[in-house]
Amino acid sequence: MPSSVMPTSRRGDGPQPPAAVSTIGLRKSYGDKTVLDGIDLRIPAGTVFALLGPNGAGKTTAVKILSTLVTADGGQAQVAGHDVATSPDGVRAAIGVTGQFSAVDGLITGEENMLLMADLHHLSKHEGRQVSAELLERFDLTEAAKKPASTYSGGMKRRLDIAMTLVGNPRIIFLDEPTTGLDPRSRHTMWQIIRELVSDGVTVFLTTQYLEEADELADRIAVLNDGKIAAEGTADELKRLIPGGHVRLRFTDPDAYRSAASALREATRDDETLALQIPSDGSQRELRSLLDWLDSIGVEADELTMHSPDLDDVFFALTGGADRTDKKGEAVR
Amino acid sequence: MSSPLAPARPTRLSLAVRDSSTMLRRNLLHARRYPSLTLNLLLTPIVLLLLFVYVFGDVMSAGIGGGGADRSEYIAYLVPGILLMTIGGTLIGTAVSVSMDMTEGITARFRTMAIHRGSVLIGHVIGSVLQSIISVVLVGAVGVAIGFRSTDATVLEWLAAFGLLALFALAFTWIAVGMGMVSPSAEAASNNALPLVFLPLISSAFVPVDAMPGWFQPIAEYQPFTPAIETLRGLLLGTEIGNNWWITIVWCLGLAALGYRWSKAVFDRDPK
Repeated sequence: MPSSVMPTSRRGDGPQPPAAVSTIGLRKSYGDKTVLDGIDLRIPAGTVFALLGPNGAGKTTAVKILSTLVTADGGQAQVAGHDVATSPDGVRAAIGVTGQFSAVDGLITGEENMLLMADLHHLSKHEGRQVSAELLERFDLTEAAKKPASTYSGGMKRRLDIAMTLVGNPRIIFLDEPTTGLDPRSRHTMWQIIRELVSDGVTVFLTTQYLEEADELADRIAVLNDGKIAAEGTADELKRLIPGGHVRLRFTDPDAYRSAASALREATRDDETLALQIPSDGSQRELRSLLDWLDSIGVEADELTMHSPDLDDVFFALTGGADRTDKKGEAVR
Repeated sequence: MSSPLAPARPTRLSLAVRDSSTMLRRNLLHARRYPSLTLNLLLTPIVLLLLFVYVFGDVMSAGIGGGGADRSEYIAYLVPGILLMTIGGTLIGTAVSVSMDMTEGITARFRTMAIHRGSVLIGHVIGSVLQSIISVVLVGAVGVAIGFRSTDATVLEWLAAFGLLALFALAFTWIAVGMGMVSPSAEAASNNALPLVFLPLISSAFVPVDAMPGWFQPIAEYQPFTPAIETLRGLLLGTEIGNNWWITIVWCLGLAALGYRWSKAVFDRDPK
C-alpha cells in the first residue's frame, strides 16, 4: 500500500470548535535530516489527540516545537491562540508538558519538586502547599513525598512528572510517550490519569508508538511517518482505510495443507508455516460456511484464528507494510 | 486550583526577581542536600595552604621580601592568593552542576514554563557566588588559625576586600556557567573548568612574579589572578597596590559581561 494516503478527516461541516492546537506546513530539519516535512494539524479544544508513529518519525520534535522548546524552520503553529514563534510566553502560560525523559529534579524530594512548581507559578505559600498536597494525594505519592525523587520507580517518576505539570492548571497538556518504559499496571494507571484530565476539559496532545494506546485514549489520531502525516482520523476511520479481516488456518500435516489450499482458491498461501489466510468479515454466517466447506472436503485445520483489522494493520500499511510480521512481534508487548 | 497567573500581572522585573529567587532556593537546597561536592572543592586550597606553609614554607619564605623572611611572613603572603584560588575551586562545582542541570529534563520543563527566562542561570550564579563567599570565609578561617593576621586594614579596606572577592567570584562564575552549558557531561565540565584552578598556580599567589623566568612574567603579571591577588594583599596587608585595582576591575567586568553573554547565547539556543 502506498505510504501517502489521503487524510480521512472531514472538514468544513458546520462551525468548528476553537482549535487548541493548529499547525500549517510545520517543518524542521536537523542538518541534512528532515524531521518534520510540512505538518498540518487542527486539534479542537477539549479533545485527546494522538500522534502515532515509529521511533524517529518526528513525534518528539513536533511536541518540542509546539511546547516552545525548539523553533520550527518553517510553517506556522498556534497553541491556545498564541503563535509559538512570536508569543512563546503566551503559549507557555497555557500549556503543561511532560516530556519523554522525566523532567523531575532528582536531587530534591517529590514534595519539594511540587512546591518548586507552585513557586514558579507564583502561587501563595498556602495555596502552593494545598495544591501540592492534593496532587500528591491524587497521584498516590503522599507516602513517598519526603523521599528524593531519584529514588522513585519509573512509574512513580512519571506520576510525579504529570503531577508537576498539573500544578499550573494548564488547559493544554503535551504528553510525549507517557507510557514508554512503564510496566502494564503503571501504563493502565497512566491511561486512567489521562482520561481524568480529559473529563476536566483539558486538551491532551499525546504521542505514542503504541496503537493500542492511541485507540484507547484518542478522539483523533494522526499517523506520522518520515516527517509526514500519513493519515489522520478517528480510530474507526483509520481502520476503514485498509482491507478487512481474515481467518487464518494453520496445519501441521503438509498433505492436509495442500488439499485445503487447492480447495480454497481465494486463500493466500503461506507455504513455510503451512497457513492459509481467507478474507472474512468475521460474521457467524461466513465462519460457518468456511467450516462447512472444510468438513465437506474432509480437511481439519490444527488451528483457526480470527483476525479483524486493528490499528496495527493501518499502522504497518501506512508506514511501509512489507515487514509487518516482524514488527507485529515488537508491537505486542 | 487557582489560575496560573496572579490577578495583577507582575512586571518583568518582579517576575525576574521572584523566579530567580525560586531558582536560587533550589540551588541552595541542592548544595545543602549534597554538600560533598562543595566540601571536596574546599579541600584543595586548604591542603595547598598547609602544604606550602608547613612543608615548603622555609624554602618559599626565603624567596620573598628579598630573602630572610620568616614563615609567618610567608603565611601573610600566601593567604590572599589562596582565598582567590578558593573561588577558582568552587567554579568547578558551578560548571559541573550547571552541565548536569542542563542535561536534566527539569531544565527542559523550565524552558516550557512562563517564567523569567534568565532565572535558571541567575539562580545558578547567585547560588554559586554565595557558595564561593562561604568557602572563602572557611578557608580564611583556616588561614587565621595558622597565624594569618591582617594588621593594618581599616573597616573600609575590609569592605573593599570583601567587595573584590565578591566581584571576582561573580565574574568567574559567569564564565564557569558558560563552560558548564557547553559541556556535554559532568566530566567534560570539570575538565573545561580546570584552567580556572591552574591559573592561580601561575600567578603571584605562591611566589612573586619577578621570581619567575623573564619570558613568563608578562603572562603571570597580567592574567586576572595576579592583579586581584596584589589588590587583596594591598587591602589586607598594606602592600603597594599601584594600578592593580583597576586592572582587576576591568578584568572582572569584562569577564562578567563575556560570561553572561556567552551563557545567555547558549541558553537561548535550541536544546539538542
